[in-house]
Amino acid sequence: MQTLQPSQSLARAVSDESAIVTQGLSKSYKNVRALIGVDLVVPPGSVFGLLGPNGAGKTTLVRILATLLKPDAGTARVAGYDVVREGARLRTQIGVAGQYAAVDENLTGFENLEMVGRLYHLGGRVAQSRADELLEHFDLEEAGRRPVRTYSGGMRKRLDLAAALVARPPVIFLDEPTTGLDPRSRVSLWETIERRVAEGSTVLLTTQYLDEADRLADRIAVIDHGGVIAEGTSDELKHQVARERLEVVLGEGADPTVALQALAVMGDGQQPRVEGQVISVSVGRRPGAIVEAVRRLDTARVEIVDLAIRRPTLNDVFFTLTGHKAEESAGEEAE
Amino acid sequence: MRQLLAAIGDTLVITRRNLMRIPRAPDLLIGFTVQPVMFVLLFVYVFGGAIKTPGFKYVDYLMPGIITQTIAFGGYLTAVGLSEDLRKGLVDRFRSLPMARSAVLAGRTLADVVMNLLATALMVAVGLAIGFRFATSVPQVLAGILLLLLFGFAFSWIFALMGLLASSAESAGSIGFLIVFPLTFVSSAFVPVQSMPSLLQAFAKANPFTIVVDAARALFLGTPAGNSIWLALAWSLGLIAVFAPVAVARYRRVVAN
Ligand SMILES: Nc1ncnc2c1ncn2[C@@H]1O[C@H](COP(=O)(O)OP(=O)(O)OP(=O)(O)O)[C@@H](O)[C@H]1O
Ligand SMILES: [Mg+2]
Repeated sequence: MQTLQPSQSLARAVSDESAIVTQGLSKSYKNVRALIGVDLVVPPGSVFGLLGPNGAGKTTLVRILATLLKPDAGTARVAGYDVVREGARLRTQIGVAGQYAAVDENLTGFENLEMVGRLYHLGGRVAQSRADELLEHFDLEEAGRRPVRTYSGGMRKRLDLAAALVARPPVIFLDEPTTGLDPRSRVSLWETIERRVAEGSTVLLTTQYLDEADRLADRIAVIDHGGVIAEGTSDELKHQVARERLEVVLGEGADPTVALQALAVMGDGQQPRVEGQVISVSVGRRPGAIVEAVRRLDTARVEIVDLAIRRPTLNDVFFTLTGHKAEESAGEEAE
Repeated sequence: MRQLLAAIGDTLVITRRNLMRIPRAPDLLIGFTVQPVMFVLLFVYVFGGAIKTPGFKYVDYLMPGIITQTIAFGGYLTAVGLSEDLRKGLVDRFRSLPMARSAVLAGRTLADVVMNLLATALMVAVGLAIGFRFATSVPQVLAGILLLLLFGFAFSWIFALMGLLASSAESAGSIGFLIVFPLTFVSSAFVPVQSMPSLLQAFAKANPFTIVVDAARALFLGTPAGNSIWLALAWSLGLIAVFAPVAVARYRRVVAN
């Protein structure tokens, strides 16, 4: 250990401090290349969001990190353990909720969670008290004593998420945790995740909902066709792909060409857009843009109805980067 | 050592879970309680009069055979359960937990053994009620039951392999039936082998079911054992030695994707 080369000891230092590190992670199914050289670093105590259209490779990545699948190439460490060589020890450190709920239909909610607790070797007592605690937390208290067969889809999903948290693991993988949840359960799960992260856990989640990634994730990676195409904080991503735009709704008699001329000096060189009486000019980050625009339009005697700065959303990011519309593909998936 | 103990603990947790499901799945419960009892009654009262078993009451002749058949079917639970767990993602759930990975299969086959023991107790009780009597000592009877459970355990591994090969739980179950039914009927389980056409006789004599049923008869009724007990033991261990590793290898392949 002491005689490591400098570069290796650096890699080890990075991986020891990080909750999740992957290097050149690749995986192919028969004739599909699902992951192509994925490099990620997730600092501990943070939420990492994985965004990507259907078939991008999100589930494949989660399954490799959760030791369910072996990569063809590359390495990954989770909680300091190598996913291939130290799987057994790694599994004591993680909780996993897959894309589809994996719960036993013939057991009750309580029995499902208790079993998972026992398999984490928590001991019977602790397993039972955790089961009760989580049932209450996920609003399954009343359903907890009947077979899961009688649960709705969202209830199963919640039970599955509870199972991922039974051992209070330091690293939690959630593959589309809120798909199929009602709005209240979604918000409640977000709060749960935030609380776990505040207590020091690291969460890697995949999602089709950009508001979710925006709200929860400290850092986001957008993946498509098996590769990371952008990575950063939500704000960084937004600024990377789209600038702030000034959107003006003109009065009925106003001439868009005159308005565009008046605002021309404010633009950052990108082509302005005109749709009927609505014009939009890319202005980038420009303090005082609204006041300046109002003054210029007033001077040019252009009548305006409304005027606003539109900030780029993660939707813009997603659309620009992947060429897909995020919410459309999410819609296809929804049950 | 600690790892071994943990693996045993995990296996017991999974075994318990597999058993807990049964009372809640009416089809399985009926399959392992009502069905064997029904078979005992049907065979004794419908065929009993027509089948000649020189030297025995038919119920005495039948019981070792029908218990063997029921126990060989016990693996059905493994085939169906394993196939279901794979498709519903439970195997993935288990594989993401810090449990012994061997416990998934071991817990399955062990649950079969427990179910087989219960089914045997039930059938013996019904048998005793309609005139069946053991003619040997308690240790011999217990040895006979243990031998049958071991043979059933071997079949659990065969069924496990079916569950891993089949595309659905239903087909896993029916492949199992296709194997076990002809084997039990063309054996000494229900009728004396001497009463069969000569071609079937040749098959029946080599059939491990005949050997195991003959061994059970020796241990339950005191018929001459010959070397049937040792052969039955050898068959059981041999089947386990072949099918357990094959099933485990298949399981590894299936979950690797
Ligand atoms: N078991 C498998 N066998 C063959 N190909 C697979 C398998 N699992 C996934 N793939 C392929 O690998 C690619 C990545 O799939 P993956 O499930 O990781 O995508 P995803 O990003 O999770 O998609 P989604 O948003 O639909 O859940 C897809 O092209 C998919 O068809
Ligand atoms: Mg997926």
